[in-house]
Amino acid sequence: MNVTIVDYKSGNISSVINSFKEVAIDKVNIEVTSDLSKIKQSDKVVLPGQGSFKNCIDALNKIKGLTDTLNEFAIINKKPLLGICVGLQMFADIGYEETETKGLGWIPGKVSKIDNQNGKFKLPHIGWNQINIVKDSKIFQNIENNSHMYFVHSFEFIPEDKNVISATTDYSSNIVCSVEKENIFGTQFHPEKSDTIGLKIINNFISL
Amino acid sequence: MLKNRIIPCLDVKNGRVVKGINFVDLKDAGDPVEQAKIYSDGGADEICFLDITASNENRETIYDVVEKTSKKCFVPLTVGGGVRSVEDINRLLNCGADKVSINTAAVENPKVVIDSSKKFGSQCIVVAIDAKKNGDKWEVFTHGGRNNSGIDALEYAKKIEENGAGELLVTSMDRDGTQVGYDINLMSKISSKVNIPVIASGGVGNLDHLVDGIKLGKASAVLAASIFHYGKYSVKEAKDYLDSKGIPVRI
Repeated sequence: MNVTIVDYKSGNISSVINSFKEVAIDKVNIEVTSDLSKIKQSDKVVLPGQGSFKNCIDALNKIKGLTDTLNEFAIINKKPLLGICVGLQMFADIGYEETETKGLGWIPGKVSKIDNQNGKFKLPHIGWNQINIVKDSKIFQNIENNSHMYFVHSFEFIPEDKNVISATTDYSSNIVCSVEKENIFGTQFHPEKSDTIGLKIINNFISL
Repeated sequence: MLKNRIIPCLDVKNGRVVKGINFVDLKDAGDPVEQAKIYSDGGADEICFLDITASNENRETIYDVVEKTSKKCFVPLTVGGGVRSVEDINRLLNCGADKVSINTAAVENPKVVIDSSKKFGSQCIVVAIDAKKNGDKWEVFTHGGRNNSGIDALEYAKKIEENGAGELLVTSMDRDGTQVGYDINLMSKISSKVNIPVIASGGVGNLDHLVDGIKLGKASAVLAASIFHYGKYSVKEAKDYLDSKGIPVRI
């Protein structure tokens, strides 16, 4: 099996690569590429994302044909895709970081700044927070409710259809921190930095 | 609920740990990778490397250390010391650092913070502030505490937040190495001044100091080096103690 981590030259993806390689040992072949044909041929795709929503979308669009290829992979062929952090946020129709930017539009909704309640809550939301699992998600197999995950973000995804939400976390309000819509998975937290429990989530995705 | 973080810090010189955990069963007490792994297995919420390599020709060693550590530790890794440019930051991130801490360069050249936070995102830019009390204010020092910039630490903290820093690592130079506790006044003043998280550093001698840093100093995270060295306290003991004092920690 081939799992491709999409390298679209935005932000730091070393930790994502390291964690997937750690979990994949001898089981799965991990590719790190933006090569369209390799993405098409792979069985699963990981879409990481760091920095701003706008930067990530711009970087995706800079690689000719990449968004079309990802669309074909996830929406037409319905193959498993995992978005991490801004990778998840980009599923939305629209994001408001820096300026209004069109997202991939895979899951209707928007990405807005977390309400810090006039400075009561520090932003970015950095550190370990517990997840409240609200629906069975394939990537949460053998993951206990209230497990700690590592977060670092200032913006949150607000999907229109609440049925896609698989987990939330409590920071100023109930922030969506994981979604599952058919073959599309996303985590706002960083499984690659969430210790052994995070690696378990990565393993669950690889084992789908 | 967001948990307060405990961050053990390792001083690394020429690719070797200078002060570290001195357990008898350690294969190589000077190996930063092995030490970092002990911390992360023990429940450290993050690991911090401070590169104190003095000579330029040996500065390459830190990249190798970061690369090896990031393949073994799956908690966030912050690396600081001698970071001068956006290119330095880029290299450390590519080697597997999750955050880079900038000290002198942030004072001398604010563009480094502005440009790197735009390029890589604020989440990976930590600005380290070394502050020393002078009368009723604190001044920012650079070059490992050797130069007084004369800049007011509180105003600087606000400025650096505007420049795009995602976190502040605040070290009291008056307290560093004394083991008498954090400078609570400094921590709480800076923490109240900015909306980004503050990591308290400098002066920890016992577990109550960690409690004070969070409760009184309003820090989001506490960094300590020497109390974890030589096995005086384990990270787990520190967390259990904080938990017993009603501080939310990841256990």
